[in-house]
Amino acid sequence: MNETLHLEIVTPFGTVLDEPVQSCMLPGEQGAFQVLKNHASLVSNVDIGLIKVERGSSNTLFATSGGFCEVKDNVIRIIVESAEQAESIDAYRAQQAKERAEQRLAEKKSQIDIHRAELALKRAVNRLKAVEVLKSIH
Amino acid sequence: MATLREIRQRISSVKTTQQITKAMKMVAAAKMRRAQENILAIRPYANEINGLIHHIAESGDDKMDSALMQSRPVEKVLIVVVAADRGLCGAFNSNIIRATENLFEKYKSSSAVELYTIGRKASEYFSKREYPLFKQKTGIFHGLNFEQALEISRDVVSAYEAELFDRVIFVYNEFKSAIQQNLREEVFLPFVAEQPEETTIQDYNEYIYEPDKQSILDALIPKHLNVQVWRILLESNAAEQGARMTAMDNATENAEEIKSKLTLYYNRARQAAITTEISEIVGGAEALKES
Repeated sequence: MNETLHLEIVTPFGTVLDEPVQSCMLPGEQGAFQVLKNHASLVSNVDIGLIKVERGSSNTLFATSGGFCEVKDNVIRIIVESAEQAESIDAYRAQQAKERAEQRLAEKKSQIDIHRAELALKRAVNRLKAVEVLKSIH
Repeated sequence: MATLREIRQRISSVKTTQQITKAMKMVAAAKMRRAQENILAIRPYANEINGLIHHIAESGDDKMDSALMQSRPVEKVLIVVVAADRGLCGAFNSNIIRATENLFEKYKSSSAVELYTIGRKASEYFSKREYPLFKQKTGIFHGLNFEQALEISRDVVSAYEAELFDRVIFVYNEFKSAIQQNLREEVFLPFVAEQPEETTIQDYNEYIYEPDKQSILDALIPKHLNVQVWRILLESNAAEQGARMTAMDNATENAEEIKSKLTLYYNRARQAAITTEISEIVGGAEALKES
């Protein structure tokens, strides 16, 4: 199969990925979707979730905390605030973050705090999920 | 003239000071390098976000608008001052403070002005003089991270949305090079989309928008503001380290100058002492011979 789909993942901390791929699964705000070659031009929100990158033989999994993606002329640009490769996620730290967020939710502070804690919880759960999915593959 | 021992003591004290300033210069240089790398790292992200905003706000028949883009009559102004936590960096802090005071005076006549100080130096200065402070943040530059930028951005955006302020201005030092900082005053809110760097005329007609243009734009602008705050913090941090590096470099050079002057004095005094000693001995010997 010829790989003519190009994927870029850009975060505030630099470009995470910039290479040709076969397909890419993205967590859209209204459900996950997959981008293959010759996909129509698209701009979409990206939710907290997992980005699955397929490169024929090897697949890579990223946990993202949300952002945007643009698809045009077989170039996918994913612009997110964070994208961590599943291999590099520290499960212990994610677990701790999850517990912290749950604790904060239990305290029931102001509306804004609850909203923030909910998001933090979602991110932590997402990272844990990435680690689990990775384990189930191997 | 000072005695030999006094001069020796002064030389050694200048030497110690010089060692400290030299070390500070090295540390500042290393920190500046790191800050510079961070600035380079956010550039692609900032460009992409900016391009997307432009794309969505300007494409199609209907121009898109967002609550954060609408300007209101300016009655309440927030000035966000980005200074440093620590001194010994030349005119870095005083420049920022002076610019803020000027800006404050300018808006004071026509509207209510409050300050949001970032960095201990700004906080100390303005709270001592009883300026109206909206919020203060100190000690963030040691171990600067994105979360802190998010916090500031959230504070500012939610205050703007709650109509506590009609205009938000950031005052900060922009990093130009190690020896040059540019003082910048930027209107942060209401938000104005910049022209993207490369102005390629693109065909936006065939795009699919998920969920729709308005909600994408509404989500995009806060993200853009987050990254702007992050950029400003990084710029200011790099500029601070650059200013400190130059200041410490100057201090090291001055110490060198004082040291060489003092050494000259010391040698002269030593020679004079030896000369008197010799002439005393010679005089003594003459006196012995005569007797």
